[in-house]
Amino acid sequence: MPDVTTDDAPLSASKHPSAAIDVATDTLLEKRGDSIVGRSVTINRPRAELFAYFRDFANLPTFMENVVRIDVLDSKRSHWVVKAPAGKTVEWDSVVTDEADGSYIAWASEPGADINNSGRIEFRDAGARGTVVTATLLYDPPAGVVGKLIAKLFQREPAIQARRDLRRFKQLMETGEIATAAQTRQQFEEELA
Amino acid sequence: MRALTWHGRHDVRVDTVDDPEIINPRDAIIKITATAICGSDLHLYDGYIPTMQSGDILGHEFMGEVVEIGPKSTLKKGQKVVVPFTIACGSCYHCGKHQYSACDNGLPADNQDIAQTLYGQPMSGLFGYSHMTGGYAGGQAEYVRVPFSDVGPIVIPEGIDDEKVLFLSDILPTGWMAAENADIEPGDTVAVWGCGPVGLFAVQSAFLMGAERVIAIDHFPRRLELAKKFGAETINFEDSGVYDALLEMTGGIGPDAVIDSVGLEAHGFFVDNVIDQIKKSTFLGTDRTHAIRQAIYACRKGGRVSMPAVYGGFVDKFPLGAFMEKGLTLKTGQTHVQHYLPGLLAAILEEKIDTTFLISHRLSLEEAPQGYKMFHDNQNEVTKVVLKPGLAPTL
Repeated sequence: MPDVTTDDAPLSASKHPSAAIDVATDTLLEKRGDSIVGRSVTINRPRAELFAYFRDFANLPTFMENVVRIDVLDSKRSHWVVKAPAGKTVEWDSVVTDEADGSYIAWASEPGADINNSGRIEFRDAGARGTVVTATLLYDPPAGVVGKLIAKLFQREPAIQARRDLRRFKQLMETGEIATAAQTRQQFEEELA
Repeated sequence: MRALTWHGRHDVRVDTVDDPEIINPRDAIIKITATAICGSDLHLYDGYIPTMQSGDILGHEFMGEVVEIGPKSTLKKGQKVVVPFTIACGSCYHCGKHQYSACDNGLPADNQDIAQTLYGQPMSGLFGYSHMTGGYAGGQAEYVRVPFSDVGPIVIPEGIDDEKVLFLSDILPTGWMAAENADIEPGDTVAVWGCGPVGLFAVQSAFLMGAERVIAIDHFPRRLELAKKFGAETINFEDSGVYDALLEMTGGIGPDAVIDSVGLEAHGFFVDNVIDQIKKSTFLGTDRTHAIRQAIYACRKGGRVSMPAVYGGFVDKFPLGAFMEKGLTLKTGQTHVQHYLPGLLAAILEEKIDTTFLISHRLSLEEAPQGYKMFHDNQNEVTKVVLKPGLAPTL
């Protein structure tokens, strides 16, 4: 097995993803898939404010474009409805498996999920630059590799989505709105659909 | 409303399109009173800029009257404003450092993918300049939606003629930043390639910053004449060898600072240009870059290179050896317009900077396609075309 700990680079940049997943699932998050996505963004807002907004899962559809809705079931559990290619949706129940107030949240899908997935989001102080927010996601590509290709065509691939959702989170937190080039409200609604 | 739309190479039309509306809380809608065709619009017109879509509304130099505001806008209806071509949020780390064209949040999240892939990090949004820069509708129209209107637009005092302040939107701050990036010291000789609007404003700015001599380089006699009016010495590259002339005019030293305000469509029959042009037309995609090569070659040892000119992709035969061996410094970038607006508005009102000299043609919005053609075909006579939606057609 390749050694993924020979340098200080994050696991998401590893050229040996399966070994990286082993390390990640050893310490950071539950294992719910064989594809790993990791992405960091620096947000010019205080850590506590970002954590509080994110921890209220009902807020997430505001900037997660593919999430249709999240029903908060109790303090640890929530039900997710997410867009999939070809006008379909996929659903799962998610449970918070570990968290530290203001620092990180780890979650995992419960048995019976349409797509198995787990994730972790970390919030670290970055001095005058604000807060570094790092998301790490593990997931089972829908119907394997072919499904992943199809999802990519429809831009619903988790790697693309995670990157764009983090940018939208940053925009919302820093500017109070999410940038759009739409000219009319009708066009804006169509882009969200 | 009526708007100038892009449909392909050398094909722009005035179409009827939907009026823009307030979408986000910080938006404002501006009724355009004056808008200009920029030299960089010709790069779109010539089809050099990728990610254009048929129907895109062009124009990034514009001003007008505030007619509608979102709940978080700080503008008031009826105010006259000039709008920066860079769309910046004012809240991110880069905006905090006044690096507005590097704003993290100006581009819609999805559009950031293209710029990130091409450049490593996405830049700010731009009005009317392809989908790589956000796909925002431009201001060569009757109305425009302006995002982050509490940060970008500068309010113009009543009673000031549009033509005096319109160029705050792009070319004046761009020319000013070009001179600033040349780190001019008193007594310096500064050479400016390209006497288009940016070059001519760079000439004026360089003198204001203490340059003793400015040498302007172009091949259009009318443009060289304008540079001369501001006190520049001139080199017409069709009549004189630029490197030889510059060296002789500086006692064999070379200019202390050089400014390339030509960019990716440099003219002239030079071998490197021809090769670049062949590659460009066969989609091998290198920029046509004679001006910057020549500038680096002529620049004095330890001198400064400022590059306001627009480049989009890769270059061949960049004189990296000359650049390294002579210990040059290069500064460049899209203009941080918002940073320069208050100071430059004051300079215009105090008549330290002349702006209206540039305007050679005033047309109605309906005549915009002819305006593009004229500007493209006759860069000697046509120095700047200003479009006014309220004006009756004259052509």
